Amino acid sequence: MKRIGGSQLSHRVNKKVKELKPSGIRRFFDLIIGREDVISLGVGEPDFAVPWRIREEMIYSLERGITSYTSNLGLPELREAVADYYTKFGVDVDQGNVLITTGVSEGFDIAMRSIINPGERVVIPEPAYVSYVPLSILAGGDVITIPTSPDFKLRYEDIVKVGEAKVLVINYPNNPTGVSYTKKELEEIADAVIEIDAIVISDEIYAELSYNFKHVSIASLNGMEDRTVILNGFSKSFAMTGLRVGYAIAPDDIFESMLKIHQYCMLCAPVTAQIGAIEALRNGDDELEEMRAEYLRRRNFFIKRIKEVFEVNTPDGAFYAFPCIENTGMSSEEFAEKLLFEKNVAVVPGTAFGECGRGYIRCAYAVSMDKLKEATDKIIDFVNSL
Amino acid sequence: MEKAEEILRILEGNARLSTKEISDMIGIDEEKVKDVISRLEKEQIILKYKTLINWEKFGVEEVYAIIDVRVNLTREKGYDDIAKRIAKFPEVHAVRLVSGDYDFQVVVKGKSLKEISFFIAEKISTIPEVRDTVTHFVLRTYKEEGVLLFEDEEDRRLAIVP
Repeated sequence: MKRIGGSQLSHRVNKKVKELKPSGIRRFFDLIIGREDVISLGVGEPDFAVPWRIREEMIYSLERGITSYTSNLGLPELREAVADYYTKFGVDVDQGNVLITTGVSEGFDIAMRSIINPGERVVIPEPAYVSYVPLSILAGGDVITIPTSPDFKLRYEDIVKVGEAKVLVINYPNNPTGVSYTKKELEEIADAVIEIDAIVISDEIYAELSYNFKHVSIASLNGMEDRTVILNGFSKSFAMTGLRVGYAIAPDDIFESMLKIHQYCMLCAPVTAQIGAIEALRNGDDELEEMRAEYLRRRNFFIKRIKEVFEVNTPDGAFYAFPCIENTGMSSEEFAEKLLFEKNVAVVPGTAFGECGRGYIRCAYAVSMDKLKEATDKIIDFVNSL
Repeated sequence: MEKAEEILRILEGNARLSTKEISDMIGIDEEKVKDVISRLEKEQIILKYKTLINWEKFGVEEVYAIIDVRVNLTREKGYDDIAKRIAKFPEVHAVRLVSGDYDFQVVVKGKSLKEISFFIAEKISTIPEVRDTVTHFVLRTYKEEGVLLFEDEEDRRLAIVP
């Protein structure tokens, strides 16, 4: 039998892909593998399992043999439910503008490919979720990053300084910083977007996990309705990460382009996940509220404790804290590595989310209260022993 | 959520958290948390701090029975009077007035089927207002006080996820 592999084929690999930087998380991930009893604050997904009523609905659908493709657009009931649901964030959505995607990652990819021509400028505030820059480059964009440290808020001046651009990416509540924006702050951002004549790709996956104020979609602001592609999904709010289901809400022409790519590369989002998502929107409110309350308690606990050793902003949402570790004299990587080796606690170096994450670490408080307590004690011990 | 309610919800899930931890979790002073808890205790809103134990796993056998009790009400004796009389037996674990075919659902705890059967025959059925009883012995408990008593999902997440 022939065995695959062994030849040098790197000259045959696409140049753009070859030049992409490997994920900053990868190396760190390899360090953890094989270690036992690690408490990980490095996990960017809920520690709750998918609420049982959602799982049960999916099991029932499998029992009935519902396993075929759906329409490229997604199940009509789900599109309708999403359209209704988004009024919650201030936007009047027609289900004709809702495309069910295989998670926000696919949504981001097809939105970028639908909008960007080679060499057009894509503005990405950093620190940013790890896939924005690579996917923008693959779509042919010329990526311009805006550092937002030390308070990690994107402002009017930061955006207009960049000048004309095709796309601005925003993500709030933010991974990795937990920063979100009030309606007033979003209005400032919207003014700048209109001034540089850009389309906004707004990743609102953490919308439901807002603690300090109500989440408002930027698409709800004057003049933004036809300049915004909203991306959202069920991974964080309903803990459905591995099921891969999300959605994009886009203005007509962009929607049509996205649908074209989606139908060729994805066909449709997994049908079982779509059925679970319908149940989530119809009957998942109580469970969602319970999870949100629990994250909030963990946030309060973690921030209160970690402030004993680090400077940190109180996150507005998501389940991340982004403390500054410069007082230890170590780099982000060095700190994360030593903390892992000496205390068996994993965090993610801030640099994984862009250059301006230097001097920071991302701590995800999506772990049980008991583990969070133990990890926090260990981090504090570690810093005090330096 | 009102702070007292929030404290109750937290304690309902884990009564062993310290007042300091609770204060960090909800962002109010520890002294305030202590005050609220002692007020709730005094008002008997917090009744007791208990431990939920899987006795079967520990190897101690306990027998539970659920008894449907139908009663005859009279001018002198209403539901409350009958319920109080039943509830005071230490063998009785819970008493509830319920809707449906019978009036009270009584949970009785004992060491053996025999012990429970005799208890019902001697103490419950003989109460003048009790019309009849139906006894269901509990064979296995799968969930108690919202806690699953069987092994369930473990955390299968990867150690680092962006």
